Amino acid sequence: MAREQHDYDDIPGTYVFDQDRSRQGFGINMFCMSLMKDENRKAFKANEAEYLKKFNLTPEQADAILKRDYNRMLELGGNIYFTAKLGATDGHSFRHLAATMTGSSQDDYANMMLAGGRSVEGNRSKSGKVAKPVKAAKKPAKKPAKRPAKAKAKPRSKSRSKRG
Amino acid sequence: MARIIAGVSSSHVPAIGAAIDNKQTEEPYWKRVFSGFEKSKEWMAQAKPDVVILIYNDHASAFSVEMVPTFALGCAAEFPPADEGWGPRPVPVVKGHPQLAAHIAQSVILDEFDITVVNKMEVDHGLTVPMNLLFGSPKEWPCPVIPVAVNVVLYPPPTGHRCFMLGRAIRKAVESYPEDLRVVVFGTGGMSHQISGPRAGLINSKFDKAFLDNLTKDPKKLTRIQHLEYMREAGAEGIEMVMWLVMRGALEDKVDEVYRFYTVPASNTAVGHIILEPHRRVAKKAAGKTKKAAGKMKRAAARAKTAVRRSR
Repeated sequence: MAREQHDYDDIPGTYVFDQDRSRQGFGINMFCMSLMKDENRKAFKANEAEYLKKFNLTPEQADAILKRDYNRMLELGGNIYFTAKLGATDGHSFRHLAATMTGSSQDDYANMMLAGGRSVEGNRSKSGKVAKPVKAAKKPAKKPAKRPAKAKAKPRSKSRSKRG
Repeated sequence: MARIIAGVSSSHVPAIGAAIDNKQTEEPYWKRVFSGFEKSKEWMAQAKPDVVILIYNDHASAFSVEMVPTFALGCAAEFPPADEGWGPRPVPVVKGHPQLAAHIAQSVILDEFDITVVNKMEVDHGLTVPMNLLFGSPKEWPCPVIPVAVNVVLYPPPTGHRCFMLGRAIRKAVESYPEDLRVVVFGTGGMSHQISGPRAGLINSKFDKAFLDNLTKDPKKLTRIQHLEYMREAGAEGIEMVMWLVMRGALEDKVDEVYRFYTVPASNTAVGHIILEPHRRVAKKAAGKTKKAAGKMKRAAARAKTAVRRSR
């Protein structure tokens, strides 16, 4: 079954670690947790593919891990706080991983952060539907005054569209 | 009776902890960050809380994907620093306050917050970095800490409104505790940041500053921010800011902003920090100790004001 779509799938360059990804990525994240122990880090480093057999991973997931394709790991249900443990096993910091996932060089990424980070402008929405910040939700409207008018207005517009 | 004397919030960036542990705090990059907390440490030394209730999130240290409590209350006598993959941070063991924690558990659950009680737990940088920022690096932490872990890793975290209401419930619990204790509630995490995916590095200072403004002035407005908006505007991991609303909910509606600090970046993250105290200045000057007396004095002051206006 295809992935159920959510409103946040419209955010570009982002894999939200939701319940469905968590379900799929359990093996990836449990593998990453195992790297909290030094003996496991050593065993993994000694023979990566063999070590991965201990976990319930799909071939795609194992492949993403072996290739250190961090974006793919997230897409297949890994979470950054877990995959960061794989990064740490390789001697990399969060910032190093972040740069890798954005496809920039370490220097370029560091400079972008020093200059104030990636702007949200142009990075809000894949569909382009949300170009500006959505105004903070208003206080729950005081209904009574406007309700009767609205109720009347609706059927009218419907009938109009039917005629059209 | 125990009471909440202040609310504090700050980011809990792991790289800040690494900078402390590797003694890099004097390097220009880090000095910019740490200098913003000098005043806060002085403030904390004067405030001398008897207990800190610290709202934070665990980062795959105490809780993996095997078990994900939405709200978890640390009721143990102590919480050792977790090994996050490079050995435990060289910080003191965090001492709990099991008695107050038990009281809070009992109170908030009956207040309809089905919180998870945790009697054995290690704590990671999410808790220890803010401790360093406000208390420095002493041999022992100066007061006990009650950790409240909020899930912000597995979507969806609790809503901002729910977090705010948990703060309310915590305040009610604290104020019904018989011992005279001065409590500081500490919200942590944020501010805007994204550390995952091709959009990593996102920072939104405008969003952060508005958040800080409203935290003081109009927190109810913040409780209406939806998860989608946090993630879109403040980055996928910026959603952590809901934890600041637990702190805010634990304070009264009207607060005084005592201090604020904001800088970009620390590693991938916008660092924000605020100290809020209950708004008591007028009442303190004029009134006696009971609330009734304060009310009376306020009303008297209001009458006096209108009298002056009339006489003009």
